[in-house]
Amino acid sequence: MRTIRFLLEKEFRQIFRNKTLLPIIFMVPVVQLLILPLAANYEVKNINLAVVNHDNSSTTRELLSSITSSGYFQLTHIGSSFNAALNRIESDEADLVLEIPSGFERDLISGESKTLLVAVNAINGVKAGLGAAYLSAIISNYNQKLRLEQWDNAGSATLPVINVTSSNWFNPYMRYQLFMVPGILAILVTMIGGYLSALNIVKEKETGTIEQINVTPIRKHHFIIGKLIPFWVLGLVIFTLGLIVGWAVYGIIPAGNLLVLYFFLALYLSAVLGLGLLISTYAETQQQAMFISFFFVMIFILMSGLFTPVESMPTWAQTVSHLNPVTYFIEVMRMVVLKGSGVRDILPHIGAVLGFAIVFNAWAIVNYHKTN
Amino acid sequence: METVIKTERLSKHFGNFIAVNEITFNVERGEIFGFLGANGAGKTTAMRMLIGLSKPTSGAASIAGFDVYRQTEQIKRNIGYMSQRFSLYEDLTVMENIRFFGGIYGLREKMLKAKGEKIVNELGLASERNKLVASIPLGWKQKLAFSVAVLHDPKIVFLDEPTGGVDPLTRRQFWDLIYARTLEGMTVFITTHYMDEAEYCNRLSIMVDGRINALGSPSELRQQYAASSMDEVFFKLAREARRTDN
Amino acid sequence: MPASSSQLLTFIRKEFAHVLRDRKTLLILFGLPIVQIIIFGFALTNEVKNASILAVDYARDEVSSEIISKLKASKYFDVETTSSSHLDILSGFQAGSAKLAVVFPENFASDLRHFNSAALQVITDGSDPNTANTLTNYVRSIVIDYQSENFTTHGNASGIRAEVRMLYNPQLKGAHNFVPGVMALVLMLICVMMTAVSIVREKELGTMEVLLVSPFKPELVILSKAIPYLILSLVNVASILFLSVFVLELPVKGSVALLFAESTLFIFTSLALGLFISVRAQTQQTAMLISLLGMLLPTLLFSGFMFPIENMPKALQIISNVVPARWYYTIVKAIMIKGLGIGALWKETLILGGMGMFFLVVSLKNFKIRLA
Repeated sequence: MRTIRFLLEKEFRQIFRNKTLLPIIFMVPVVQLLILPLAANYEVKNINLAVVNHDNSSTTRELLSSITSSGYFQLTHIGSSFNAALNRIESDEADLVLEIPSGFERDLISGESKTLLVAVNAINGVKAGLGAAYLSAIISNYNQKLRLEQWDNAGSATLPVINVTSSNWFNPYMRYQLFMVPGILAILVTMIGGYLSALNIVKEKETGTIEQINVTPIRKHHFIIGKLIPFWVLGLVIFTLGLIVGWAVYGIIPAGNLLVLYFFLALYLSAVLGLGLLISTYAETQQQAMFISFFFVMIFILMSGLFTPVESMPTWAQTVSHLNPVTYFIEVMRMVVLKGSGVRDILPHIGAVLGFAIVFNAWAIVNYHKTN
Repeated sequence: METVIKTERLSKHFGNFIAVNEITFNVERGEIFGFLGANGAGKTTAMRMLIGLSKPTSGAASIAGFDVYRQTEQIKRNIGYMSQRFSLYEDLTVMENIRFFGGIYGLREKMLKAKGEKIVNELGLASERNKLVASIPLGWKQKLAFSVAVLHDPKIVFLDEPTGGVDPLTRRQFWDLIYARTLEGMTVFITTHYMDEAEYCNRLSIMVDGRINALGSPSELRQQYAASSMDEVFFKLAREARRTDN
Repeated sequence: MPASSSQLLTFIRKEFAHVLRDRKTLLILFGLPIVQIIIFGFALTNEVKNASILAVDYARDEVSSEIISKLKASKYFDVETTSSSHLDILSGFQAGSAKLAVVFPENFASDLRHFNSAALQVITDGSDPNTANTLTNYVRSIVIDYQSENFTTHGNASGIRAEVRMLYNPQLKGAHNFVPGVMALVLMLICVMMTAVSIVREKELGTMEVLLVSPFKPELVILSKAIPYLILSLVNVASILFLSVFVLELPVKGSVALLFAESTLFIFTSLALGLFISVRAQTQQTAMLISLLGMLLPTLLFSGFMFPIENMPKALQIISNVVPARWYYTIVKAIMIKGLGIGALWKETLILGGMGMFFLVVSLKNFKIRLA
């Protein structure tokens, strides 16, 4: 136990003395946490619409005004040439083209159905899908309104209507940042823990200082603990910084129990550091450690449900996602911070992360031979 | 006389390559034993087996009475080690290094302080004690590294080419430190390229192609090989070597 | 000058040897783009489906049951029926077992019959605003469907219909967006990391000084470090395109030669950025952390392929202009998907080239100063 005390003294001294490393470790996550959630925004608005109007009637004008008043669309072009409108799409000035055929109002009044053409720049599948859906919804609502007026005028009985009211819990203003900040914080903490632990140990391998340690009576597991604890502490500190930024800048107040959150974090960090340790046993140089860590972090980020939902993934991908510790952390963050979930709700997550911690660390220790 | 290092037909194979081929030698307490050989002869590999960094393929060895196969932890507690490549943490101060290594070897607070003072005063580093090791000259670094290696008063200290790159006066001072320790009963196992240092040893061995081809005191070896200096002895032996660096 | 070109060749050979000898890094360098394409191509989707929802049915009449069966039949939902209380909703959300709840009040059907209107309540887990909105819209459209099936007196679906046509990407495949994005991401990160680390490594080991003391010009040294990575990256571009065309069925509409030319330009810019970082970093660790920590998420987010840049706050849009990957992404999309030529892309190309030159010139200046 005394050895660990001395090891920790040494590690912390070295970390704090490193004038370039320290700012990077603290500043980079904070800056990213400030900027990135503002960038990560799936809300679709300001969709640029080009209209090709072959029918200059009041019905058309009404339709167009209901489209523009929805707030989703910006009318950037209105003309009578379809090709001109298409050019707008090619130059990225328009996302959609709506073509209103001639005789629109006249035919509708006489009871015929009319088809409007919506041409969508579908390169960005998400934007396209949503844009088309919104436009279709507005058109369909307008259609509904028209028909009701028609039936009313025709004197028929009114149709029964189901009113759908919706309310959103936990996020009354539907701010996307609430969703992204906990997730991004989770990724940042993971990167710091993973990269630092992997790089640090490999550096000792590279410079040969690890041999000097190996000749002393320091036990294997003491050395490893001595290496992991400083980064574990750093992870906790950075996480706390992140929570403060989340509160101060985004107004996110954790709905759940902070103790539960920190307990999970402690376990999670053990798993992530264990992974860093494991990587360091396979890397001979810092460069290799960097690339291997980068590879895993990349996959972890993409498959974690940060940007796209895990439930929508094909089965094989969902399995991979469940082998990814970050998935659990992001879920726990979102559950505890935004919804106030409790220990019972995150028991499966605790179990999974505990499993990871044990497997990674045990594997790493087995790998890490002091003696050939 | 106590035999502190005992080896018998100690070997290390790497696949088909025999790095160390059945070496046998003993070292007595208080001796300064020189372990010589050309690059690629197998010196480092052999030494790594003795200090518990590598398991032998065959043969027997014991250090301070502890078996190298089964008792490496006890061996480590009883030896000190200083390599040319690294011994001290460059980004820690002189005192911090002493504290760290002393603490690792189980020295108590009071002892640490006392020894720390003793060392910095002996080495003339008293005013440099809070300077980073990176900023002190090489000669001082080496002397400090040696003092740290023997901080815990081990029975044997293993020195791997400890005096590379410094002037003759500093080397002399280094050897003074070594002598002082052997007078107190410490055994010194040293590898070196400097043949004048070979002369300072009580006995030495010379490895060629994985085997020990010469074993004895400097004067015995000079007689045996009809040479006027250790340089010549070494040259005669090393010339026949088939293995070199790469 | 023949002398310096054979010198250059010697250096290049040395650098190639370094790179090729490091099997582990090589594996990752080539494997990463492939893995990313697989993930983006087959695992990630923004579609929301298989969402677990809760049906709280106080009514238990024929209307509610029919609507619930419609919900069950939809591929978007996995319905868990319960007739209990609102408390189930909160615990369901907190446990993550439901994302939305549909509440049918008592007397639902009879209200419709007698008052011609009834209210259906949709409660969503707003912590994920996107999913919440999308799911709500799905529920609404199912309810509208139900209404039009059961409440039209003439069964005549007259009125306005919207016909949606997706341009450039008829099947709304995400590939169109992300293949260019993966190219940008992978190339930038790999080039930056590799150059930065490789140069700093020589600084750290001291071999850089040896090289600089020699009669070889420092520019040659740096060029020699860049060339293997240039070639490696072009191989990566080729493999990504190959996968894109044959596995994802996303062909290159425009000129492949232009694509490679622009890629070379982008690689040059990324390598210059790597150089820029390497001049400032004293240790490998710093260089790596700057690349890994400081560049991964920002490049992912500001290149424009995960989140539309137009949605970001103005300040961030300006920042994104400084990210080289953003320009390259625009260029690749234009060539691959719209089939545009250099005529449409000269502005972006110039910007990209300009950035590269800037990094290069500043770095070379600093490089010489620093080691003088």
